[in-house]
Amino acid sequence: MYVVIVGCGRVGSALALGLLAEGHKVAVIDEDEDALLRLGEDFPGDFVNGVGIDIKALEKVHTQNADAFVAATDGDNTNLVAAQLAKERFGVKCVVTRVYDPYRARFFKEQMGISTICPTADTINLLATAVRTCEVNP
Amino acid sequence: MFVVIAGGGKVGRTLARILMSRDNEVMMIEQDRRRYQRLTQEFEESVMFGDATEIFNLERAGIERADVVAAVTGDDEDNIIICQVADHKFKVPKSIARVNNPENQEAFDVLGVGPTVSATNSLLSLIEHEMPAHKLVHLLNLKKENLEIVEVMVEEGSPLALKRIEEISLPAGVLLISILRDNKALIPQGSTELLAGDQILAILEPGREDELTHLFLSV
Repeated sequence: MYVVIVGCGRVGSALALGLLAEGHKVAVIDEDEDALLRLGEDFPGDFVNGVGIDIKALEKVHTQNADAFVAATDGDNTNLVAAQLAKERFGVKCVVTRVYDPYRARFFKEQMGISTICPTADTINLLATAVRTCEVNP
Repeated sequence: MFVVIAGGGKVGRTLARILMSRDNEVMMIEQDRRRYQRLTQEFEESVMFGDATEIFNLERAGIERADVVAAVTGDDEDNIIICQVADHKFKVPKSIARVNNPENQEAFDVLGVGPTVSATNSLLSLIEHEMPAHKLVHLLNLKKENLEIVEVMVEEGSPLALKRIEEISLPAGVLLISILRDNKALIPQGSTELLAGDQILAILEPGREDELTHLFLSV
């Protein structure tokens, strides 16, 4: 599988390395050149210095050939725009994106057909479950 | 009219000022605290603090009853998201987006966001308008309607000079809407004769430009 990942922070870089280890082909885009350091010294995939909403950067990594596309920068709007471009402009079938804001995550999932993952909503659920299951003496 | 303006920079506040002076209702949204505080001195209740890409801030601004949303922040991705939320979630009748980086224009177009306003593109069309070397000048793109309005000149020796409108076989999808002659605009009739030097306004489907220029070219 060929996977394009936008955003090479903790999440993007770990995801890239994990997929590589499983034998997949990976390309990473990040606006910060130093982000390449997170990928280790001899990263075998492509790394492009650019922003995810820049169609030229997406062309450079041949997004049209990607089987999957992940947007995981720290900007919700950047992720949402990059994901939509991957889908609409490059025809990528599997597009997933991280969106911190639960409202935007839900709206774009339900009404715009973008597969969003919302760590904030997930954390709220996990915390709520943890609190509910606390064993406290009444 | 009620206009929600996202972004209180130079563009946003000038727009707000003009709209308010014409008796429109405005709500401007600014996410920088210090800039917001400065804006309140002039705009008082017509400016609010917040990130306009947050849906609840748009709701607080009253987007549900807005006639127009103008997304004029300095971030293109923010402007895209604001317009998409306005269009698809709140069904605002019209949303307008500012394009900061002309290289992002295609992203706006692909995602169906617009009409868009870009300083670079406006300058370019102004320059094109002043350059007689260009056969055809784009005046207006109606993207949703899939039509554009262009201006084309009847040059000396053009096969169309001295022809009546009814004698010209226009390509399908092209209509001549006005003739600019001696600083006057004429509405063409079948019997109207074209003269060298006329500027013709035409409405056409995108992609018909070549057929139109070809028609006007000297043989």
